[in-house]
Amino acid sequence: MTPQDQLAPFLRRLADAGLRVEAQASPGLAPAQLILVQAEDWGRLGHEAKAWACRWVAGWGEDTGEDGSESIRVNACFEKAGTYLVARTAVPRATPVLSSQTASYPGADRPERHMRDMLGVVFSGHPDARRWTRHQAWKDSEYPLRRDFPAAGRPQAQTPADHAYNFLLAQGSGVYEIPVGPVHAGIIEPGHFRFQAVGETVLKLEERLGYTHKGIEKIAEGRDAEGLARLAGRVSGDATVAHAWAACMAMEKAAGLEAPPRALWLRALMCERERVANHVGDIGAMLNDIAFAFGFYQFARLREDWQRVSREAFGHRFMMDCIVPGGVALDLDARFIAPMRDEVGVLRKQIGRLMAIINDLPSVADRVRGAGVLKPEYARALGCVGYVGRASGMDFDVRRDAPYPPYERLKVAVPLHHYGDINARARTRLEEIAASFDLIEALLAGLPAGPIRVGWEHPAAGAEGLGLVEGWRGEILSFVRFGADARIARFFPRDPSWTTWPALELLIHDNIVPDFPVCNKSVNGSYSGHDL
Amino acid sequence: MLRILGKIQRIGIVTEPVPRLDEPALTEIGEQLKARVGEQFGGSLAIREVDAGSCNGCELEIQALNNPYYSIERFGVHFVASPRHADMLLVTGPVSRHMEAALRRTYAATPEPKLVLAVGECGANGGEFGTSYASCGAVSNVIPVDAVIRGCPPTPLDLLRGILEAIGRRSSDR
Ligand code: SF4
Repeated sequence: MTPQDQLAPFLRRLADAGLRVEAQASPGLAPAQLILVQAEDWGRLGHEAKAWACRWVAGWGEDTGEDGSESIRVNACFEKAGTYLVARTAVPRATPVLSSQTASYPGADRPERHMRDMLGVVFSGHPDARRWTRHQAWKDSEYPLRRDFPAAGRPQAQTPADHAYNFLLAQGSGVYEIPVGPVHAGIIEPGHFRFQAVGETVLKLEERLGYTHKGIEKIAEGRDAEGLARLAGRVSGDATVAHAWAACMAMEKAAGLEAPPRALWLRALMCERERVANHVGDIGAMLNDIAFAFGFYQFARLREDWQRVSREAFGHRFMMDCIVPGGVALDLDARFIAPMRDEVGVLRKQIGRLMAIINDLPSVADRVRGAGVLKPEYARALGCVGYVGRASGMDFDVRRDAPYPPYERLKVAVPLHHYGDINARARTRLEEIAASFDLIEALLAGLPAGPIRVGWEHPAAGAEGLGLVEGWRGEILSFVRFGADARIARFFPRDPSWTTWPALELLIHDNIVPDFPVCNKSVNGSYSGHDL
Repeated sequence: MLRILGKIQRIGIVTEPVPRLDEPALTEIGEQLKARVGEQFGGSLAIREVDAGSCNGCELEIQALNNPYYSIERFGVHFVASPRHADMLLVTGPVSRHMEAALRRTYAATPEPKLVLAVGECGANGGEFGTSYASCGAVSNVIPVDAVIRGCPPTPLDLLRGILEAIGRRSSDR
């Protein structure tokens, strides 16, 4: 069945509900289908999509300014069973009001607030009027993603601290508040957590993010394709390969070209290596958070070994800037193939032995079982992706369900758990490591010969592209539009952390405060990837 | 328990000069670092790491200093949870404008005398992010900086070398 066939019943359903919807061809968005929707129907579209059991993937807007139109374009992406749909509407720049989709999709809450802060789109009926991404770096009457907002902004000599944010307060006897951050105790990214607690038990956690907002969407504008790939590789440093891949995929689709097979296989090889490195490191960090130092050091050692091989083979410990528009920046020397295969064998054995030890320890089991439970219905409501979703019954992986080359030629095992506790997330990640090992072996065995890069062709002004990649945290969506002179007019990367940060607020409920670090680590959202 | 001990014994100590890569031996830098930390900080250099807006790549490499290969604590260097306990701030970023006030306060909370190292291309000069409505760029645009450690991100060895040089410079300043 083609994506069109799969979507036909949904489009009929929308028509029956009285929505005026028009399908439009946009090859750069494929395999996603584009539909145009009337602005007044936006909220109802959300309602119908929910009723049809779609997942809400992402929302982003564009001030298309330069075509002389006085409108702002708004997009929402949905997914069902591997079929993607991009719904698009436009609102007048002078009165940019749309009905919110948050009532149908709680996962749309922060993205809609982000769009309001960045672009000035007002979502009527949104349950939360507070700003999200904006702190005090620009005024509430200014919108950085508008054409008339200069990238340099109009900064004050010193940016004031953001203390006027209205956190929700719990009331009652014995309730107290713990503010944490933005500067945290460990070597980690900044963000603020506001706990309401009774005794040791967390009644409520509220996150305040946006501290690492670096203007990525704005400073992408005007870059050439290579410049965008470099920026995309720094949306979240720990996922540099996956983000660079997603952005290059989007740009290549906009340009109507495809990277050569060898490049695609090398991209996948790097992406699986990145997945293994992060999962291995995080398993160790989780063990550290439950004070099991032995496990921490063992996994930290394995991660270091792994990254040293990446450095030797690809010239960089995180393989940063290895993915470029049209292919990859450097070839894999044949002399690395055998050692990489051996390395997988060694690591498989080592992790097996370590887990045999760890699985035996009641003190570990006691901390990770039944703690930090994300119920499947919450994961579904928030549209959680990646291992956070898959540990709570969300059976989705882009590599398997909407496969992009080279994964359509490979068997991708996707672990699934339902209990949603720390243990389930750790198991999911361990099983994903094993699946990546199988993939790495298959990629090394089948690596096609040939060129690693095709010549870049300038996309036409207005050409758009959508990249969808399963990074180690889960599905990454990357949207790109080119303007005149083959320069970027719009870049929107949706890191999977957008779907899992809200989940952390829910899964910590009723846990004890001292379990927060390990709960947080088991999710490990990216601050930078979220704050943009 | 026996199995843990067995594993510890089998793996042994992996801390060693970095193999395969032709970089100067880790132990050499480490021993110099240890000697300087001994002379100038009574054997204990306390570092507070501040992510002032980085992409998190720099954090991964700073964290790696604690893995058994680098094991930076054996050279007398340790990371502390509060700026009030710190001799040195290791600041990554470009400094996002949303972190500007927090960074200034962290700096103010660090007792004198203090050293500030700006880490990574971003910390050194704003890197890919530069200066914008959202980014102050280099760390030195916000607080006084004594030294920079370049690299995107700097490797753990670069970091060790940078810390060594910074405290070496401090002693020659005197
Ligand atoms: S220097 Fe590189 S790794 Fe460090 S924060 Fe900047 S972009 Fe990320």
